[in-house]
Amino acid sequence: MDVREIRSQFPALEAKVYGKPLVYLDNAATSQRPFVVLEKQRALASGSNANIHRAVHKFAVDATEEYEKTRDAVREFLNADSREEIVFTSGTTMSINLVASCFGEAFVHEGDEIIVSVAEHHSNIVPWQLLCQRKKAVLKVLEIDEFGGLMVESLEKLISQRTKIIAITHISNVLGLVNPVSEIVATAHKYGVPVLVDGAQGSVHEKVDVQAMDCDFYAFSGHKVYGPTGTGVLYGKKKWLEAMPPYMGGGEMIETVRFSGTTYAPVPGKFEAGTQNFNAVPALQEALRLAESYKEDSEVVDNQKNITDYLLDVLTNDPRIRLFGVPRGTAVKIPLFSFAVEGAHHEDLALILDKMGIAVRSGQMCAEPLMDRFGVTGMLRASFAPYNTMEEAEYFVKCLNKAISMLI
Amino acid sequence: MSLEEKKQEVIEDFSMYDEWLDKYEYLIELGKALEPYPEGEKTEEKLIKGCQSRVWLDWENKDGKLYFRADSDAIITKGIISLLISVYSGRTPEEIAGDDFSFVEQIGLRENLSPTRANGLVSMIATIRRAAEEQI
Repeated sequence: MDVREIRSQFPALEAKVYGKPLVYLDNAATSQRPFVVLEKQRALASGSNANIHRAVHKFAVDATEEYEKTRDAVREFLNADSREEIVFTSGTTMSINLVASCFGEAFVHEGDEIIVSVAEHHSNIVPWQLLCQRKKAVLKVLEIDEFGGLMVESLEKLISQRTKIIAITHISNVLGLVNPVSEIVATAHKYGVPVLVDGAQGSVHEKVDVQAMDCDFYAFSGHKVYGPTGTGVLYGKKKWLEAMPPYMGGGEMIETVRFSGTTYAPVPGKFEAGTQNFNAVPALQEALRLAESYKEDSEVVDNQKNITDYLLDVLTNDPRIRLFGVPRGTAVKIPLFSFAVEGAHHEDLALILDKMGIAVRSGQMCAEPLMDRFGVTGMLRASFAPYNTMEEAEYFVKCLNKAISMLI
Repeated sequence: MSLEEKKQEVIEDFSMYDEWLDKYEYLIELGKALEPYPEGEKTEEKLIKGCQSRVWLDWENKDGKLYFRADSDAIITKGIISLLISVYSGRTPEEIAGDDFSFVEQIGLRENLSPTRANGLVSMIATIRRAAEEQI
């Protein structure tokens, strides 16, 4: 697939900002949406807008069918064992909160331990902190080395008989390094500890096979993988989902409701209370199909690799720049670069780049513990998608140099 | 120079630049030229809340007039606060509290800042205004 051809499918990429062509390098925050996704949402909103799983009329039947077809598509995308293991949520944050709340309710007690890494997004820290507060449990932290590599070798020392779950990111939204999740899961399972994988970035860049990975939970968001905002997925092994109490109460999640006692719907319905995002969820079918095709296309893979190599070369050889997340040995880095520039504030750089048409992220990237780990108040992050070109990467470097020279 | 004259001067200075990058260059120059702020006084209570970058603002009342000094770790923000100080430092609390601060909108500063930065600007203005009101 030619990158120009890919670009032409994303209307937002035609935009001009301040009279300059938009160079969108904030893909780790949210990706742009292609025509097929936008069109699907529009068609559902106008063609079969009805609440799902209830009424018998034609609109409702069509809407339900589209929604449930999406569950099959997600199952295939993750290679899950069964469609019952796929729960729709509003995004990664909700998926993790659901597990922290419901798994925590059933299995975590006073004095128990939960392990996260220092490189987690706040969404994979705070839900566990809330759980620890509620249950008087303890949160333990797996560290990284100076290059940003996860210190997997020290995981075994962190695991104790009180460890109830490990929550770890597939790819950090700051470091962009692919974590050895299969290895982590294997280690954890040796001690009977389940693992939740935060796949917000991993689902975009890596082929995910939850059975091969053998993780117990995998969470991701639709809006980072070319899909609609407000859509998300929680994969959970059936044995866990069945053993967990419901998250929210309401319509859909029940079997029978009596004042003498209510019984719940079988999984995954038990976790899908209230009206679902039925106009948006089915558009995930198109989004995931596209995401999958990018991962399998050699031209796309090569282009991403070339951009990664080029920026790694530029950013590690500039003495003014400190790059966080440098791949060592066989470690794989995705085209995501967070860095600090000596003497130039990340916010100033982002503001100047914005006026040059470049959208990047500045600040703490929802990962304050990681900022503290590296002793910085924030970073600048450029994150690329399959629709970004090498020319854009080169323009970014040129503009970055100009911005630095304005500031220093 | 009266407050009104000074504001007019800033508006005219700013309007000389068509391009936003040139305006930033101007703000960066202002930021760099700002009088140094003592490191020891960068305390939590001088820190302005609502800014993504850190901004410290302090003032004193000398003979019935308020004098401000400030610092920021981000240079464009420092330029913006420098601009505000150049307009409001050396004015009486009544003058400052009675002003509507609309000149920042006239130079297009607020609309061209990201929401987080615009919040920072609003916080800076609120702090200057509060300082004046406390002294009346």
